[in-house]
Amino acid sequence: MIAITLTVNGETIAAQVEPRTHLVDFLREQLGLTGAHLGCEHGVCGACTIRVDGAIVRGCLVLAAQADGSVVETIEGLSDSGEISDLAQAFIDRNALQCGYCTPGMLIAAQDLLLHDPSPTREAIREHLSGNYCRCTGYHAIIDAVQATARAREQA
Amino acid sequence: MMGNDAVVWPADLPNSYIGRAVPRANLARLTQGRGEYVSDLQLPRMLHVVFLRSPYAHAEIVSIDVSAAAGMPGVARIVTGAEMAGHCTPWVGVLSHLKGLKSAPQHALAVDRVHWQGEPVVAILAASRAQAEDAAEHILVEYRELPAQVDMFEAAAPDARPIHPELGDNIAFERRLDAGDVDAAAAASDHILSRRFVFARHTGVTLEARATIAEWNRAEQRLTVHMGSQAPHMIQNIVARHLNLSEAQIRVITHDVGGSFGIKVHIYPDDMAVCALARMTGRPVKFVADRIESFTSDIHARDHVLDGRIGVRNDGTITFFEIDDITGIGPFSVYPRTSAVEANQVVNLTGGQYAVPNYRARTRVVFLNKTPTCQYRAVGHPIACSATEGLVDLAARAIGMDPVEIRRRNLIRDDGYPCSAPSGIRFEALSHHAALDKLLAMMDLPALRADQAAARTRGVYRGLGLASFIEITNPGPAFYGVGGARISSQDGASVKLDASGCITVASSITEQGQGSAAIIAQVTATAIGVKLESVRVILGDTDTTPYGGGTWASRGAGIGAEAAFQAGRALRENILKLAATILQSAPENLDIHLGVVVDKLTNTERLTLAELARIAYFRPDTLPQDFQSELMATRHFVPREYGFAFTNGIQASYLEVDTETGFIRLLKHWVVEDCGQPINPLLVDEQVRGGVVQGLGAALFERCHYDGQGQMINANMADYLVPMAGEMPDIEVAHVISPTRESAIGAKGAGEAGTAGAAACVANAVNDALAPLGVVITEIPLSPEVVLRALHGG
Repeated sequence: MIAITLTVNGETIAAQVEPRTHLVDFLREQLGLTGAHLGCEHGVCGACTIRVDGAIVRGCLVLAAQADGSVVETIEGLSDSGEISDLAQAFIDRNALQCGYCTPGMLIAAQDLLLHDPSPTREAIREHLSGNYCRCTGYHAIIDAVQATARAREQA
Repeated sequence: MMGNDAVVWPADLPNSYIGRAVPRANLARLTQGRGEYVSDLQLPRMLHVVFLRSPYAHAEIVSIDVSAAAGMPGVARIVTGAEMAGHCTPWVGVLSHLKGLKSAPQHALAVDRVHWQGEPVVAILAASRAQAEDAAEHILVEYRELPAQVDMFEAAAPDARPIHPELGDNIAFERRLDAGDVDAAAAASDHILSRRFVFARHTGVTLEARATIAEWNRAEQRLTVHMGSQAPHMIQNIVARHLNLSEAQIRVITHDVGGSFGIKVHIYPDDMAVCALARMTGRPVKFVADRIESFTSDIHARDHVLDGRIGVRNDGTITFFEIDDITGIGPFSVYPRTSAVEANQVVNLTGGQYAVPNYRARTRVVFLNKTPTCQYRAVGHPIACSATEGLVDLAARAIGMDPVEIRRRNLIRDDGYPCSAPSGIRFEALSHHAALDKLLAMMDLPALRADQAAARTRGVYRGLGLASFIEITNPGPAFYGVGGARISSQDGASVKLDASGCITVASSITEQGQGSAAIIAQVTATAIGVKLESVRVILGDTDTTPYGGGTWASRGAGIGAEAAFQAGRALRENILKLAATILQSAPENLDIHLGVVVDKLTNTERLTLAELARIAYFRPDTLPQDFQSELMATRHFVPREYGFAFTNGIQASYLEVDTETGFIRLLKHWVVEDCGQPINPLLVDEQVRGGVVQGLGAALFERCHYDGQGQMINANMADYLVPMAGEMPDIEVAHVISPTRESAIGAKGAGEAGTAGAAACVANAVNDALAPLGVVITEIPLSPEVVLRALHGG
């Protein structure tokens, strides 16, 4: 077992983890933060997208031990802080989620885009979200919701 | 809206929520990551089960040695097929109305023989999934490999070695149909076109894999099954039957479900094993498929080769359709819905949008040593639609007629209903011509044709394709019940006024993201006359909801929501009787407006529902002694006159083919569909868009690649390609509204529409783009390899 200390959604966490434990499994099983989901377990579906030290990562490609000393933000934390409340509301208003399983990862990836490109084109939104698989919506409504959020933030 | 002035549609009532694009009420927990999917659940003393699965497509099990694994850390129990057979009885997936359909007994864990790569063989229970996986690596199974049937034509040959010797051959089911006079129609045709259509095997790829937790309470002798199922009452029945329990001993709870599309309407051998293992151990047992397991154990679909023929006269009249279809299923017909339904639908649906009485069809359903196939979104529709619409375009090309014009001449007239198709399916009221007109109004066809011509002068190949389709929704008992399957065709709802004046409605349909809860709330609020936000919806629990079929085959809105509407109307009557008693008025002089009882004539507020409920529940002493209030009502519904509510629509695709690389770029997609009365247009549009993209995945990317030994060689999400945001086009959606008169609301389904026609119009667009090169492709997925082979031969 390896001792790690990290910050998760603003809270300092000290824990013992097996060397092979992935960060997303640590968050889900040891901390009960089940908002990051498992889809493919090899980095192609985006369902486990979280933020580590300000950058979005695949929680299934990072070991918990690697996150020692890091600042981790999950969908629960980003929701509670209010950082993405407008984006989440735009998803709800536009019905840009159906089963909701991809949605936490999709929201975090979309927020990452909006932080770096405040007024993205539809093509840029599609390109940035191309690592996040959604089987339900067909993506059109997601693109609409991200675009609507960008416009509203620019006018705010 | 079409129709008869005498009918007052609920959508037209004052304060109606029917037809309004209100957002779903239950989404914040999903956007905040606070949903509760079965894969999220952890129960006290829970064990994790891992299944050791067959690495062979076909083999005898010679021996199984678990001794090295049994003592490994965390391992609680290891169970083989021989032991499991004493706890869970086998099943056979047949339906009596599909005459001649045969299959062999299937076990939860393989006994003696494995029949496909991925069939579960040994169950390993441990304190964690990782420990169970560690132990699985130390189980020694000796197999003797057997020849595998991996090609549907070879397996169907008369001298083929049968996978199940006791069945005699590998033909699970065959159906023939001969309507009108095809031979005479052929003789009277100016042109006859023949073409082979190939549809790859693909699968659902729900983002949340299948997940099941079962817990057995030894004191209560009761099993609780947490499973993201579309059909919880079906699961309850089947688990009871094969674990030798009564249905009352089983509770099924669905929770949030991470995608379904038909993948989660079935019960799988590993699910059955989980239920038995919970009972055997007395501890909660959790199974979550990993992605490789999903690819080799979730049902697959399609895998058809269809030889089609069409006759046409020079004036554009289509004279006949003829198809000879063959499909490769798995080694078993899937229980209880069977693996013959898709082929049966292909026969039912082909040519059904056209007024062509001459139709001959054959389909053969063939056992293979591959993952079992069964019902997945738009069962049979894309095959029938692609063949029909591909043949129609070939006919148009043969006589030099525009694809729009040949459809105008042959689609069933909008005033020609009710009528039947040559296959016997019955149409109440469809709208092919109105849908075509609306589509053309959306598209600006002349501008697109001009763009296409301009592109060709630059050596760029752009094409436009159309596909009209029919869609099966609102299935009644003819689907499964008459064949002996205990799958409910009716749905129910119980509506209750609580002591605070709010409404709780429990419905037997289920939610996998379509918006089932939202539409149940909308129709219930409308039926009673309360505000939408005062209605709470309960779904997905066999202990607390009425008995019913669940959500599949586009039946939630047409059947489930109608039951809730009827229950709401019944409760409204009861409320008005009570209000009349309290107010010393008559029920017919009162009304309910947004949660308040009012005088019908003056709209004067008389009594809130909260006050009415207070009197009913806490001060019944103030009511007459012979009056008992009933503030809960239950109703069930199933359509009676038509076996299915057939709907229709049309799609168009505009795309570009790169003749150097074979890549196809989708530029735009349009859909017009008719789901009768939409309950929530926002949700209908997104059902359509999502369905289109699933169809586009099949059209361009999705294929389960098998090698000659029956090994699926792309069973992961890096190698099995699914549609992602970057490749998908914007999709314009519009509607024609032809309500069904089988229900008060008039809703038909919309869940299959997008998937039904997407691949067909893409293929037609590709062939339109490549027409100057003299190339026609009728195989999906239209991968670069397929396109380049067609362009360059070989």
